[in-house]
Amino acid sequence: MANKENIGQNRLVVGAHYGIKDWLIQRLTGIVMAVYTVVLLVYFLSGQNFSYEGWAAMFAQQWFKLLSAATFFGLLYHAWVGMRDISMDYCKNVGLRLVLQVLFVLWLLISAVYAVQIFWSV
Amino acid sequence: MSEAVKEVPKKVRREYRNIHIVDIGHYRQPPSAIVSILHRISGAGLFLMLPFLLYLLQLSLRSEQSFMQFKGVIDHVPVKILLLIISWGYLHHFCAGIRHLFMDNHFALDKDGASTTAKAVLILSLLLTVAVGLKLFGVF
Repeated sequence: MANKENIGQNRLVVGAHYGIKDWLIQRLTGIVMAVYTVVLLVYFLSGQNFSYEGWAAMFAQQWFKLLSAATFFGLLYHAWVGMRDISMDYCKNVGLRLVLQVLFVLWLLISAVYAVQIFWSV
Repeated sequence: MSEAVKEVPKKVRREYRNIHIVDIGHYRQPPSAIVSILHRISGAGLFLMLPFLLYLLQLSLRSEQSFMQFKGVIDHVPVKILLLIISWGYLHHFCAGIRHLFMDNHFALDKDGASTTAKAVLILSLLLTVAVGLKLFGVF
């Protein structure tokens, strides 16, 4: 950061800039999920008489498993940033906020393991 | 002189306070505010629906039999309506997110521009939801 914003050697007085990484990852994961969404949305809207064979064949390919898992891990981080923001905005009690954030993380981690299990079961 | 000062009636000044949660209903929210709060509500809703949606995905992928079971579950009208609501939340979140990306690149940051893109998000996400709904209920 620019030196004139500092007091002394290191201390910033205009915000800690901790948020920039989360902000950027929120965008990047959003773009990945948007691409994945468009692929599945076009598949859904243009398809006819969905069968198990066609649907499972798509998910059976290795590249699609990897794409799905990568997208889901993006979702995990994206949802964490969003839910943490919500908890910081509305929950003023520090103890309760910590409990909520722990529950968010557990919810997301369990979902991620579940998702991986689903993707590799085909 | 001191008496003259005393006689001046005290001016009644209008008090300006921060908006309180109970006042929200009395305010006419601009389109950007509606898009913003719906972005937040839909995000939280999708977070909560995650295990349910994964369960449906699992049913649809695990085996031929579970696929038939999946079709049976989503054949119920209440489930279809729930899925339609979730689809709207997803598509709203999707469109509002893309609007964020435009704003990050300094596109439509002024009042009128932001209002126009906010209305576009509301309309586009509804149109996409209608398309998904028609497909979901087997119209095309």
